[in-house]
Amino acid sequence: MTKDTKNPPIDRVDGRMKVTGGAKYFAEFEMPNTAYCVIVGSEIAKGTIASLDTKKAAGAPGVLGVFTHQNVPPIPGWDAPVQGNGNGPPPGPPSGGEKYRILHMNKILFYGQPIAMVVADTFERATYAASLVKATYNKQAHQTDLEKNLEKGVTPKGPRFADYSRGNADAYKSAPVTLEANYTIPIEVHHPMELHGVLAGWTGDDQVMVYAKTQGVKGTQKAVAEAFKIDQKNVHVHTEFMGGGFGMGLRTWPQEIAVVAIARKIGRPVKLMITRNQMFSLVGYRPKAVQTINMGADANGKLVGLSHDATAETATYEDFTEGTVSMTKFMYDCPNVSTKYKIVPLDRGVPIWMRGPGEATGAFALESAMDEMAHKLKLDPIEFRLRNYTETDPEHNRPYSDKNLKEAYQKGADAIGWKERKAEPGSNRDGDWLIGYGMSSGTFNASKGGAIARAVLNADGTLLLQCSVTDIGPGTGTAMTMIAHNVLGVPVEKIKVEYGDSALPNSPQQGGSTITSTVGSAIHQVCTSVKKALTDMATQAGTPLAGLKPGDLTVADGFVSVDADSSKKVAIGDLLKKANLTTLDKTEESKGSEKPDQQKYSMYSFSVHFVQVRVNPATGVVRVSKAVSVADSGRIISPKTAASQMIGGVAGGIGMALTEEAVIDHRFGRFVNNNLADYHVSVSADVPHTETIVIDKPDPYINPMGAKGMGEIALIGFAAAVANAVFNATGQRIRDLPITPDKLLRTA
Amino acid sequence: MNQFQYVRVTNPKAAIAAITKDNTTMFLAGGTNLIDLMKRGVTAPEKLVDITRIPLNTIEKTATGLRIGALAKNTAVAEHELVMKNFPLLSMALNAGASPQLRNMATVGGNMMQRTRCSYFYDTAMPCNKREPGTGCGAIGGYNRMHAILGASNKCIAVHPSDMCIALVALDATVNVAGPKGERSIPFGEFHRLPGDTPQKDNTLQPGELIMSVDLPMNGFAGNSHYLKVRDRASYAFALISVGAALKMSGNTIQDVRLAMGGVAHKPWRLTEAEKFLKGKPATEATFKQAAQIAMKSAKGYGENDFKLTMAPNSIVEALKTATKTA
Repeated sequence: MTKDTKNPPIDRVDGRMKVTGGAKYFAEFEMPNTAYCVIVGSEIAKGTIASLDTKKAAGAPGVLGVFTHQNVPPIPGWDAPVQGNGNGPPPGPPSGGEKYRILHMNKILFYGQPIAMVVADTFERATYAASLVKATYNKQAHQTDLEKNLEKGVTPKGPRFADYSRGNADAYKSAPVTLEANYTIPIEVHHPMELHGVLAGWTGDDQVMVYAKTQGVKGTQKAVAEAFKIDQKNVHVHTEFMGGGFGMGLRTWPQEIAVVAIARKIGRPVKLMITRNQMFSLVGYRPKAVQTINMGADANGKLVGLSHDATAETATYEDFTEGTVSMTKFMYDCPNVSTKYKIVPLDRGVPIWMRGPGEATGAFALESAMDEMAHKLKLDPIEFRLRNYTETDPEHNRPYSDKNLKEAYQKGADAIGWKERKAEPGSNRDGDWLIGYGMSSGTFNASKGGAIARAVLNADGTLLLQCSVTDIGPGTGTAMTMIAHNVLGVPVEKIKVEYGDSALPNSPQQGGSTITSTVGSAIHQVCTSVKKALTDMATQAGTPLAGLKPGDLTVADGFVSVDADSSKKVAIGDLLKKANLTTLDKTEESKGSEKPDQQKYSMYSFSVHFVQVRVNPATGVVRVSKAVSVADSGRIISPKTAASQMIGGVAGGIGMALTEEAVIDHRFGRFVNNNLADYHVSVSADVPHTETIVIDKPDPYINPMGAKGMGEIALIGFAAAVANAVFNATGQRIRDLPITPDKLLRTA
Repeated sequence: MNQFQYVRVTNPKAAIAAITKDNTTMFLAGGTNLIDLMKRGVTAPEKLVDITRIPLNTIEKTATGLRIGALAKNTAVAEHELVMKNFPLLSMALNAGASPQLRNMATVGGNMMQRTRCSYFYDTAMPCNKREPGTGCGAIGGYNRMHAILGASNKCIAVHPSDMCIALVALDATVNVAGPKGERSIPFGEFHRLPGDTPQKDNTLQPGELIMSVDLPMNGFAGNSHYLKVRDRASYAFALISVGAALKMSGNTIQDVRLAMGGVAHKPWRLTEAEKFLKGKPATEATFKQAAQIAMKSAKGYGENDFKLTMAPNSIVEALKTATKTA
C-alpha cells in the first residue's frame, strides 16, 4: 500500500559517525602484516615495453616484490573470457582488438596503464621504490583525440544503442523554423574526495577478505571469485562507507584483481591506494562527446522534427556505452524524431558511468537546443516546453506512470523569480555585471530491481535491518530506516541498519538511481512480513486482540493495536514471550518489476533546474548567483538526505557547466592538468545558496513506497540551465563545456 | 620522493652554512610548494634545511615604512593591522591566493620562491627547459592556456604564479638577503627574472643566499587600491590574469599610480609605461583604456592563451575603475 502522507525530515542515521570518524572507509581498515602497493604507470599512450628495469626497485629498502608482465602472479579465471559487463576482465571489443589484461602483456593500450606494481612493507618505501622502476618503450602513433577520429565512430551492439527513428526523420529540414547546432562536452573525471584502491588479504588457501571501494560488494565478490576460480562464499567483500563514488565504483578495476593476486603470492595482505594523478587514468571518466541537434518547429512553437546525433569516446580494448541520446526519444511531443549514437575507440583507458551518465551529456545538447529554438521563436523557454509537453511516452506509446513536470516548472519559476528574466539577451545589467536567467529539464529512467533484505525485531522493540547494499553517500541507510519505520512503527532511533558487506542479503550495486526503489522494496516487503507475523500472533487465542482480523491491526511504538480503538493493544515483547521467541527474524526477496502494471507504464524521474548567473563581460567570468532545483521523483522517503543529494547535484552541475575539463595533450596522449589544483571541481565559493523543491507525490505503480530515484536527475540538465542563463545574460551561446572566461572573451 | 637528510637550524648563519655549493641542499620553509615538487619528482634535494625556527617572522614599522620577516606566514601578513591600514593591496593579493590552509603554512619568502605551475614543468615525462634544460618547451604548441603573453622566450613561456608578489612589485618593495658573501638588498622588480635562454633560473638569488625580509616604503595609496584576480573558479585557482592597482588621487586626478600584473609573465610584471601615462591624467574609463593599450604593447599570444590579449587590458581597466571608484 502506498503511504499517502509525506515523510518527516529525519537526520542522516550515520551522520554522527561520519563527522566523528566512526565511519570506516576501506583504507582505514587494517589487517595484520599488511604490505603496501604502488603502481607505476606507462608514460606513453600506445606501443610496447622495450625494456623494464626493476632491479634497483627490487633492491630498495623494504621491498617485497616488483610485479610486471614478466612475473605477474597467476589469475586463473582470466584465461577464459568472462561474461557480463563491469566486472573482472572485459570480454574484449567487438572488433576483436587487443584485450586488456593488467600486467599480462608488454603492450601499452593507454597512458597510465600499470607496467609495474611495487610492494613494500610501508607505503613510503613502496612509493620510493616505484620511482626507481625504469622503462623504455617502442612507441607507436596513438589516437587520443575524439574530434580527429569522428569518422571511426561505430554503432554499439544492442537495441538500446541502435539508430532510432519515428515518423519522418528528415521532417525538421522543411520546418518553418530550423536549428542546427553542435555541442561538445570534455572529459570529466569523478574525483570523489576518497582516492580509489583496495585492501585484500588471504585468510585461507582459497579464502580472501577484501576491503574495497566499490558501489556493489556482491559485484566485487563475483569478480574476485571468477578471477581466482573460487567459491563466491569464500570471498568476503566489505564497503560500508564510501567517500564518494559518482559511478567510478561500478566495476571491479583490473588493478584490484592484481592486488588480490599479489597478496596471495606474497602471503601478506596488500593495500593499494592510487594517487590523485592516477585517478585520471585508472578508474574511468565521463567520456568526451560531440553532438549535433537538428530541430524544426512551426510558427506556433510546436516541434515538427528533432534529430540528435552523438559520438563519444571509448577504449580500443573495450566498448563503453551509455544513454546519451535516450532523453530525446521521449521527452517532448514530436512526431518525427531520429537519434544516432556512436562510439570511437581511442588509445585511452576505458570510461565509466559518471553521475547522470550519458543522459547528462545528452541533456546538455537537447536542453540547450530547446532554449535556442525558444529564442528563435521569441517564446519563453518554459512556454516552448509546455507547447511540446507530453503526457504519454512517445517512444513507447504508453502513459508515464507519474509525471508532474508542469508543476515542477511552475514551482521552480516562482522560486527563482523567473518573471525578473528579460527576454532580450544582454539587457539586464547590475553595474559592470550582466544578469541572466536560464532553465532546463532533466529525466532519468526509474526502475525497481530485485533485492533481499532481512529484518530482526527484538523483544525490546529494537529492529535490525540488513542488506548488502553499499551506501555511497546519498543516505541509503536513512531511507531504509524510514521505510521500516513507516511499516512497523518502530521509532527511528530504535532501528539499526547494517549494509555494505557481502555476507549480508543480496543487493544490486548502488548506481543508476535505483536503490531506494530496489532495496527499499525489499525492506518494505520484509517489514510487512514481520508485521503480518505480529498481527497473526496478536489475533490468536489468549491475547487481548484474540479473534480480530489481522488486517484491522496496526503496529506502532512496540505495540499491536486496533486501528479504531487504540486502547486495545498488546506489547510486541509479550507476543514474542508467549510464542517462546526472543526475536522475529524474517528474510524476504523482493523481485524486480514483477507487476504487470510496470509493463504498462513508462517510469521516469524528472527534474527542472533554474539558475541566475552574473557575467562580467570585461573578464568573461561567470558566477552562478542563485540556483533552484526541483525533483519530481515520486514520494520522497528522506527529505533531508534528498535535499542534500540535490545540492550535490547543483555543485556537480556547476562544475560540469563552468569549470571541469580533463585536458589531454594529444602530442603525448597524456593528461596535462592531472591534479586537483588544475582540474577544477567547484569549490564552496562557486556554489550559491541552493533552493531544493520536491514535488513529493507517490508514483502509484513503481513500488510500495511510490518512491523513485533522484541521484541522476539532480545533475541531468543542470549544465544546460547555466549555458542558457549565460546566453540570456550576454547573448553569447556557448556550446562547448565548460563555459570558462576565455570562451566568452573569444566569442565576444 | 627520494630519501633525503633533514636538518633544523635556528639562525641565519647556520642556515647559510648548511647549504652546500651544488644544488642538492635546499631551504625548507612552509613547504607548500617544495614538498609537492619533491612528491612529483621535479626536485630531489639530498638535504633539506628547515629554517622555520629562525626568528624571522616579525612585522614591524621602520623609519621609512614596514619590514616583513621572510618567515611571516601569509595569513599573518594579510591580517596584520599595519598591512591592512597602509598596504591594503598586499592584504587583498594575499587573500586572493591559495586556500586558508595553505596561507596558514606559506611564508613570505617561500611565496617568492615558488615555482611555476606549468603542467609540463610538473610532469617529468614531458619536455621542459625549466626543469631539464635542453629538452624543449612543452607548452609552446601545447596546453598553454595559463601561459605568458609578455616577456616570454622561445625556451619558456611559463608564468610566475604568485599573487602576493604582484602587490610587492607594485608597492616598490625591496628584498633583503643574506649569503656567504654578506648581506645585500634587491629591488623587488629585479628579484625575479625573465626566462631568456636560462629558464631554469627563476630569480637572481646567488647560491646559499637566504631571504631575510621584505621592506615596503610608505606611500599614499591606501585609499585607492585594488587587486583583481580573474580565475576559472571563485576560489583556489591560479590567476588567468591578475592586476594590482594602487593610486594616489587628488580629486579626480591621478597624482601617482602603481600597476602590476600577474598571470602574464615569468615574473611579476610591473606596468611602468602605463603608470607614466596615467600620472596627472583624470581617472576616466577612456584614460584607463589608453593605459591598458600601452601596457599591452609587446604582448603576444601562443594559441590557447590568445584570450589573455583581451582579458589583460580589460582587467587593467576594471582594476583601475574599482581602485578609483570610477563608475
